[in-house]
Amino acid sequence: MAAKKLNIKDKYRLLTRDLDWEFSYQDRKEAFPYEEFEGIKITDWSKWEDPFRLTMDAYWKYQAEKEKKLYAIFDAFAQNNGHLNISDPRYANALKIFLTGVSPLEYQAFQGFAHTGRQFGGVGARIACQMQSIDELRHVQTQIHAMSHYNKFFDGFQDWSHMHDRVWYLSVPKSFFDDARSAGPFEYLVAISFSFEYVLTNLLFVPFMSGAAYNGDMATVTFGFSAQSDEARHMTLGLEVIKFLLEQHEDNVPIVQKWIDKWFWRGTRLLSIVAMMMDYMLPNKVMSWKEAWEVYFEEAGGSLFKDLARYGIRMPKYAETTEKEKEHVSHQAWWIFYNYGQAAGFHTWIPTDKELDWLSEKYPETFDKYYRPRWELARQMEAEGKRFYNPGLPQLCNCCQIPMGFTEMDDPTQIAYRQTVYNGERYHFCSDGCHDIFVDEPEKYVQSWLPVHQIFQGNCGGPGVEDVLRDYYRMNVGADNLDIKGSPDEQRWNAWKGVA
Amino acid sequence: MPIQAITPDYHGEVRDRLENFHGNQLVYVGWDRHLLFCSAVAFPLAPDTRFAQLRDEAMAGVFGLHPEWAQVDWGRVSWLLDGEPFEPMLDRPLNEQGIGHKSLLRMQTPDLKGFQSAGV
Ligand SMILES: [Fe+2]
Ligand SMILES: [Fe+2]
Ligand SMILES: [Zn+2]
Repeated sequence: MAAKKLNIKDKYRLLTRDLDWEFSYQDRKEAFPYEEFEGIKITDWSKWEDPFRLTMDAYWKYQAEKEKKLYAIFDAFAQNNGHLNISDPRYANALKIFLTGVSPLEYQAFQGFAHTGRQFGGVGARIACQMQSIDELRHVQTQIHAMSHYNKFFDGFQDWSHMHDRVWYLSVPKSFFDDARSAGPFEYLVAISFSFEYVLTNLLFVPFMSGAAYNGDMATVTFGFSAQSDEARHMTLGLEVIKFLLEQHEDNVPIVQKWIDKWFWRGTRLLSIVAMMMDYMLPNKVMSWKEAWEVYFEEAGGSLFKDLARYGIRMPKYAETTEKEKEHVSHQAWWIFYNYGQAAGFHTWIPTDKELDWLSEKYPETFDKYYRPRWELARQMEAEGKRFYNPGLPQLCNCCQIPMGFTEMDDPTQIAYRQTVYNGERYHFCSDGCHDIFVDEPEKYVQSWLPVHQIFQGNCGGPGVEDVLRDYYRMNVGADNLDIKGSPDEQRWNAWKGVA
Repeated sequence: MPIQAITPDYHGEVRDRLENFHGNQLVYVGWDRHLLFCSAVAFPLAPDTRFAQLRDEAMAGVFGLHPEWAQVDWGRVSWLLDGEPFEPMLDRPLNEQGIGHKSLLRMQTPDLKGFQSAGV
């Protein structure tokens, strides 16, 4: 008998539901050992609505077509020396942060979804996670290829994966994902699929991709477009997981709320790097961080949480703090990197006059009062031949791992200090949000691998900071780090452009 | 609950125990409202370091870069140790005056308003 040609609906059913089976002689609980310890109650997996609705053959075909176009553009970009079309060599530093800080998270997402894609009892959820896992692997690969061209012409791109695991500020994104991946599978999905991909992802991708478009970087723009349809599916998974968990059992509601609170806060702290990128690193500005926060979180997130109110879910804790922080975080974050420009794997600089005026215009309440004076002092010191580099190593937050440079939001010249004592040890935090996350699960965060402490414990080589940078981080000291003024990046650019 | 873990009675390794610092302890020091320095600074110091050494060597090596450091009137400085008012004894070691591992010391100079009186 000739095989009947299957329609797409049948194919999909066979791929998902039909791949599952009943356990006749094994205990189902042993097959899915991670499903219960988080306290989440699932009464009926068949209520899971598949967010992707893609069959494998359709998926391969579609992705392969996108890939073909993408690599054709990368080739053309390389052949035409596309790097010469960027707005300004300072722009390349935003890409260095992306490659060392964000692309490795795509790889972590690939690993995280592969793991959760094994752990759920419901086959629909397993398939969705496995497909996202493959997407994420594709993202990291295409990003590496998109940026490999820049590696031939600019410093700081050479050892991104090694750096991600070791460099002090990259412990911020790394620890974010390590935290999510070492949680249970349901928390992982609430953390990554919902809180990050659904609620906050626009604040990562729009700034980088529009930033690329505004600054002549066609390679990154093209990658962004190619990832966009994947992201749409990932957001659908984020929303589905929340609805599913909340509808399955009312006992899930407080657990989910706690995870939303935690991951919203961790996410906003992670995004402070994007904030400074938008306000300080893009030579051609897209919009201010404050504006982006208002559009993508306050408006979009506001209506989302209104919808979720019927399940008993409220706005994330400390959302009102972020409403004040949007005026400050980008300035405070870039100042941290300006302080430690000798230890960063990318270049830092003082904003130009035009940029200072743009910041004053975009931040009328805060910039001239609190932040312009910092840059004026930095300028004065630079003019005296003493470009300011902070010679001490910073105190770090024991949760988000960012140097404790964030201030009280109602008293913006006072650093915010929070601390707690747990089992006789003292721990410090940048904010109430980070403090609360620690206090809820101290046995997790007593393990934080804080780069400054690791250096002082002698675990990163040394003895000097320069030894750590060169040998342990594998930075090309004198080329990758320091101010953009006088850097080899700047000198090469000027030579290409025929500028003296 | 100290952690939501699949392993019963799970305990994490305390990574920053005093014993891991090869005889030193960590002390964080911040100069309030002098935000040229983006954050407080971490110093690894022997517990028998005298306060004067902390102030005149470690702190001066960092905060000395600020144009106001030379104007600090030491008779008028107030200090907070882990959030509480604190009177340092200059010639006594850290560990004899309650400055413990990972203590935070804040120096306050209300007469000095920072660059352009902006807390910088
Ligand atoms: Fe991705
Ligand atoms: Fe994604
Ligand atoms: Zn923090």
